[in-house]
This record gives sequence, structure tokens and C-alpha cells, in this order.
Amino acid sequence: MGKTVSAMSRAFAHLSDEAVIALIARSDEQALGELYDRFGRVAYGLALRILRDDALAEDAVQEAFLSAWRRADTFMPERAKASTWLLTIVHRRAVDLVRREERRRAEPIEAAGDRPGDGPAEDLVWLRYERERVQAALRQLPDQQREALELAYYGGFTQSELAERLGQPIGTIKSRMFSGLGRLRELLAEPESGERTWEPRPSTT
Amino acid sequence: MGTAALHDLTAAYALDALDPDERREYEAHLARCERCRDELASLSETATSLAYAVDASTPPPQLRDRILASARAERLNVVPLRPRWAIPAAAAAAVAIAAAIVLAVWAASLSSKLDKERALASDQERVAAILAAPDAHPYGVPSGGLLAVTTNGEAALVLRRLPPARKGMTYEAWVAENGKPRPAGTFDAGRDVTAVPLDLPVPRGATVLVTQEKDGGTDVPQHTPFITVNTA
Repeated sequence: MGKTVSAMSRAFAHLSDEAVIALIARSDEQALGELYDRFGRVAYGLALRILRDDALAEDAVQEAFLSAWRRADTFMPERAKASTWLLTIVHRRAVDLVRREERRRAEPIEAAGDRPGDGPAEDLVWLRYERERVQAALRQLPDQQREALELAYYGGFTQSELAERLGQPIGTIKSRMFSGLGRLRELLAEPESGERTWEPRPSTT
Repeated sequence: MGTAALHDLTAAYALDALDPDERREYEAHLARCERCRDELASLSETATSLAYAVDASTPPPQLRDRILASARAERLNVVPLRPRWAIPAAAAAAVAIAAAIVLAVWAASLSSKLDKERALASDQERVAAILAAPDAHPYGVPSGGLLAVTTNGEAALVLRRLPPARKGMTYEAWVAENGKPRPAGTFDAGRDVTAVPLDLPVPRGATVLVTQEKDGGTDVPQHTPFITVNTA
């Protein structure tokens, strides 16, 4: 990845994620490769965090991208960002697998293995920035809400399993997930410099 | 389960924390409940941000090839319908959500005040067709987005995070040749991605402009363009 920039991948460089999916809906294999180049690392990191097993994580990512390949025509850019659509599929696939394998773990996210990546530098900077932003928001949540989100999203536990594991009524678990996710949404939506403005800038293209 | 209880499952569904029965029940509810579809769209984006809190890992290099090879194999075979039980859950969920959207569009078609929604959906289809045309050429739009133009000049603008036009105003696209801009359609914005098929063909060398004009648009631009894309 990133070692040889072919004419083809340069041709995709200007396309939004949503446009790449529109091409995939037309069975464009190169576009599927482009989608993988953009999200393969995040997808694999997520699957590995949930499944804790290289081979299973590969299976989850492969099945998720093939699902995206088959279902790209159902993607509605008005309904979801392309990244949300794709990573939702990856997450669902990994969670279904972990439930089948009974392989769930639930260490805090700080314990996730840190493997310095080797992708294009700008890609890493962006990912690092996003990671710090989300982790900072997570740290601001009350402990019980953060725990509910992490156990559900990274551990693959259902709300009923969580109620049992934490010895709490299911209503309490539901409300922790609901409040935690709602609060996280607010924290992530807080304005950041430059992100939500639409200022004419000198063209770089 | 009562309707109120089903609304409450939106966060758990966004986190994939429902067991299979609850999931099915919630998806059936989703097809009927616009409020939950909107809430789910927003909470799913938040839930997905958790994927970025994990350290990205480099997948084994052969994974990319394997995915592309499987995709190619699927395309070359005329795949018979897979047995129902073999459809991955994610695909099934996608089908459920697509069904919900189809329902929503159908419901919208019954109400004339929602005609705008239908127009939007058909704009989306036109833009998707232009983007997917094998001869479409993309030009970058500064501040995010692209202009796609096919060899016969069919063109679409895709803009990211364009806020709604000011009150009483609308966005208007222009195609300019030899310095003379001609109106190519008005549009509104405010969604994450604004997709606009242009009403006029864009000949090679022409410039596409976007201005803000008073509601209804004008024949000659009255305001300075804030987007200028040259196709030379």
C-alpha cells in the first residue's frame, strides 16, 4: 500500500468515499481496491480488537468488503457517510463471529496492541488525530457509561449479557448505553477549528 | 414489546448489542418509524467513531488480493440466489434498511409537500449514473468535493459539508464559456454530501461556478462565485 501509486489510484484520488461506492455499485473492481486502501487498516484494527485473532479478523474484513461489493447499490449517501456504512458492516460481521466463537474479551481499549503502521504518512497523521479525538471524548464519559459502550462495541456483548455480567437490571444497561452514546455524540460534535466551516481556500488540485 | 420500548433500543442497535430476536424486532420497527431511522443514522455515526479509537493495524498484504479475487469471481458467475440462511447478518440488515428507505420514499410520494424528497432521490440517481460512467472525468473542488464530467458533457457536482444557503437565498450553478456564465440549476444544501446534476452540458474548457442568489435563482449571477472549477 502506498509504495507504487499507479495511474489508476491517482484517478481515484479526487473521488469522495461516496463516489467510490457508486463505482463499486457498478461492479468496478478498482474502486473496491480503492475502498480497501482507504479503510482496510481501520477495518482490520477494529476486527482484530473485537476478535483477538488474526485469521478471524481477516475473515471478518473479507466478508465485510464482499458484502459491501454486493450491496453497494443499496447505499444511500443521504442516509449515512460511506465510512459509517462500511464500518457498520465490518463491526456487525466481527460481532457475529465473536459471538459464534465465544471469544469475547473486554480489556479497556488502552490495552489494544500498538503496532506502528507503515501506510502513507498523511493517512497515519489523520488516523492518529481521529484516534486521539475519540479517545479524549471517551475519557470524558462517566465510568459506567464508558464501560457499557466499550463492552458492547469492542467486547461484542449484548445488552442482556451485560446486565448479567455487571449484575444490573437491563433497564440500567440500556440507559447507560443510551446516555453514553448520546453524550459521546455531543462531545464529538463540539466545533473544531476548520472542520465545519466552508471557506473558499486556494485550490490545491 | 411496546413502541416506546422499541425506540429505546436505538442506541443498543447502533452498538450491535441486541440479540437476534431483539434485532429482528427492532428492524421491523425501523421500517415504520422515521424518528428511529433518523436517530439511528446519527447514533450509528457516533458508534462508528469508536472504530477509530482502536489502533489501526496493517492487515496482511495478501488480504487485499483475496478480497479482489473473490469479488471478481462473484461478478463472473451468475450467482444463483443464496439460500436464505446463508445471507450474512450484515447483508440482511442492509436489506432491512433499504426496505425502510423504499417505504419512506413511497410514503413521501403520497404527500405533495414532500415532493422535494422525490426530486432529491432522482437527482441522486442522475449523479450516481454520471459518477459511474466509465468516461467521467473528475475535477477537484477546493474545500471538498468534485465535479464529474462525461465526454458528452453531462456533469454533476458533489460537494461535502456545504451548509444551507442563507435565508431567502438559494445556491445556483453556472456553466461559463468565454467568460459568459449561463444558469445550470438551483439547489439547496445542508446535508453531509450535496449531489447536484447540472442542467447544462459542460464543454471541455468551460468553467463551472456556484453562487448564492435570491430564492428562485437568476439568469445572470448577482454574487461572487465561491466555487470555481475550471475544466481546461
